[in-house]
This record gives sequence, structure tokens and C-alpha cells, in this order.
Amino acid sequence: MTSTFLRSSALRTALRASAPKAPARAGLAGTSFVRGKATLPGLPYDYGALEPSISGQIMELHHNKHHQTYVTSYNNFSEQLEEAKQKQDIQAQIALQPLINFHGGGHINHTLFWENLAPKNQGGGEPPSGKLAQAINDSYGSLESFQQKFNTALAGIQGSGWAWLVQDTQTGSIQIKTYANQDPVVGQFRPILGIDAWEHAYYLQYQNRKAEYFKAIWEVINWKAAEKRLQ
Amino acid sequence: MSVQTYQLPKLPYDYDALEPYINKDIMVLHHTKHHQTYVNNLNAALKSQAEAVQAADIPTQVALQQAIRFNAGGHINHSLFWRNMCPAKSDDAKPSAAPKLVDKMKATWGDEATFRKAFNTALLGIQGSGWGWLIKVETGKEERLAITTTKDQEPVVGKGEVPIFGVDMWEHAYYLQYQNEKAKYVEQIWNVINWKTAEERFVGSRAEAFKDLKATL
Repeated sequence: MTSTFLRSSALRTALRASAPKAPARAGLAGTSFVRGKATLPGLPYDYGALEPSISGQIMELHHNKHHQTYVTSYNNFSEQLEEAKQKQDIQAQIALQPLINFHGGGHINHTLFWENLAPKNQGGGEPPSGKLAQAINDSYGSLESFQQKFNTALAGIQGSGWAWLVQDTQTGSIQIKTYANQDPVVGQFRPILGIDAWEHAYYLQYQNRKAEYFKAIWEVINWKAAEKRLQ
Repeated sequence: MSVQTYQLPKLPYDYDALEPYINKDIMVLHHTKHHQTYVNNLNAALKSQAEAVQAADIPTQVALQQAIRFNAGGHINHSLFWRNMCPAKSDDAKPSAAPKLVDKMKATWGDEATFRKAFNTALLGIQGSGWGWLIKVETGKEERLAITTTKDQEPVVGKGEVPIFGVDMWEHAYYLQYQNEKAKYVEQIWNVINWKTAEERFVGSRAEAFKDLKATL
């Protein structure tokens, strides 16, 4: 199921599954299944490396606690889903789907997010170049104008969610889209760059002043990672 | 053209009165910043709405509805929430302050502990921002209790539904003190639930539950 769930190649690269392990419990009637478990990816920089834009305390809790919980829960519910499939229990499978979407989405979103951030001394905040820079200029006039529209989208999220620069897989064009809670960018759209607008992403440092967080995070955006995702 | 405006209600206790279960920093920010922002944005949206009505501009009126719903919901939810909490040392913080409600609770869930467990499970099952509510549902002569969760700032305003008490599960409600450990927040908030207010809302009407929300012209 992992291969069908992780459709885009960018994501497959980003999400590292450990070697397949046998589940702790064997399946029914002597059947068993083997699958890879999702694991928390290591950060490509230190927790404090994004300061002052994002504090080390936020990064540590966000990665080590929040993301870890999505990984753990996703694995638990995936296992339950496998069991429900073995038992051909359709009701249970359907009941598990929102949980797979939420926790699997949380894992996907955060994995992409860590990669599309970088400390300033590793290129964070360096403007995009090449095809992506061209696409942004064509669609938004300038990088500044794009960032302004992106921040407006972030500020408009009612509740928890994410804003993404996405590429339409049908037309190739780029656009800004917001997603509720941990809904991941899948299907028609390909994730290029995401910013987490959940309160846990900024509250310890910015409290209710989320506009300041949205402004500061551009200092540590890794546009090189975004460029690699564009096709 | 005068438009009705809503105001931030005063808290019925000090900002540090819910310590150690909800700390002062959280209460100050939650009340003076978050709730105030919902009030400000609601008033702004209603002003635009009045102008759009005046101009017979239906597309704008429809476009404004989501902003009104979200910000009015935020105002309603927080106004109810402040009043359904009280300092832990108060007699109102004991379930014995709500005899009729507790009876109904026992008839519905068997015992109070089972109810709390069901309520906590509902709170922890919220995906993203939202609220958990104990509500009274009136259908004709029948009335029953139910636990419901609402997303973001959706308020409990359905026909025959009376909110009894709510718990805010937005991260801003607990993060400065509990961080990712929301289960602890959910466990601790029972210490500051105002059962006297809960009883009043349970025996009272829907209109009475919302009485503090009247706008000032």
C-alpha cells in the first residue's frame, strides 16, 4: 500500500521508509503481511539553525513531538487498516480512512516542510532561480508580490492548516492553495513549497502575532528544494 | 448608518484565577488578543454587510457570510467558555453544584467518570482546531444530553441545541503551558469547569444561554 499511497516521486524521495519489518502480530489464518513502517526523518540542520526566524524550542517540539506523533499514529492506523483488509471488514476500513488521511498527511506535510526550510548559511532565503523563478514572475509579477499573496492566503486560514505553492499536474501551471488541518497535497496537484499555519508552528515565539511569523519564515525558505520539486 | 457592535466581555475572574490549570499568560493572550480579534473582525464584517445590504449587493453579502460565521462563532464560543470556567477552589467548580445535570449525565452515561472519559476522547479526536461541547438537545418534549465536537469556530447554534459547557481545543488555548501534551490539558481542565453555570444552562432556555452576547448599538 505504501507505493500506491506515495504517488509523487518527490515525496518518495522525501519520505524514508525503513526496511520492511514483519508486523508484531501475524495476520489471521496464518497469513501475514510485510510492509515498511514510516519513520521520522532526521532534520538536515540543527534545531537552532533557523533562529531567529523559528526558535530552536519550536523546532525541537515540532519535529521530535508533533511530527513523531503523526508517524507513530500513521503506523498504528495503517496496521489496523491491514488487519481490517485481512478480515474483509469494509466498515472498519472506511472508519480508518480519515485517520490515515490526517496522520499520513501530517507525516507527508512535515517531511516536505523540513526540506523546504534551510538556515541562512545553507541557502535559506536565497531567491529562486531558473524555471521556478520564471513561473513565479509569469504568474505573480515578482517574488515580493508572490510572497504577499502567499501570506494573505496563510492569514486567511480559519483554524489549522497549510498554504502551499502547488503545480497543477494537468496544465503545469503553479498556484497558491490552502489545505485544512493535515490534508496533504495529492491528486491533481504537486507540492512545491509549504508553510505550516498550525499554531504549534509558531505560538511559543510569536503567540497571536502570526503575521510576524509569516513574514519571518521567508528568511529561511529553501528555494532550491522547491525548484527540485517543480517538473 | 449605525451598525450594531459587539464588545469583548469582561472575565468573571482574574487572569491568574485558573492557575495552576490554565496559566495567566494563556488567559491574558486568549482573552485580550484572540477573543478581541474575533470581536473586531466580526464588527468589521457586519459593517461591510450592512453596507452591502444598503447597496443591494447580494454577491458581497454572500461572500461575507463565511467571515461573519467564523468570527461570530469565535465570539460566541469564547464568551460561553469564559463563563463555563471558574477558580478551582470555588464551590461552583464541584459537580455537586449541578445536581440536575449530574442526574441526567448518570442516566445517559451510567456515571460521571464514564461521561468524562467519553468527553475527553471526543476532545482528543479533534483533527485540527475546534471545540468539544456538552449540549442539551430539545426535540419536542424530549430532551437529551450529547457530546459534540465542532471544527474551527463553528458555534453550537442548531435548532433545539443548548450549549452547556465547552472546551477550547485550539492550540492557543493550552500551548504555552502544555505544548504538545494536550491530553494533560484535557485532564486538568476539569478542575476549573463551572458546574453552577452548567446547571443554569441545563435547566434554562437556549436564549438564556446566549444572553451575555447581546450587541450594543
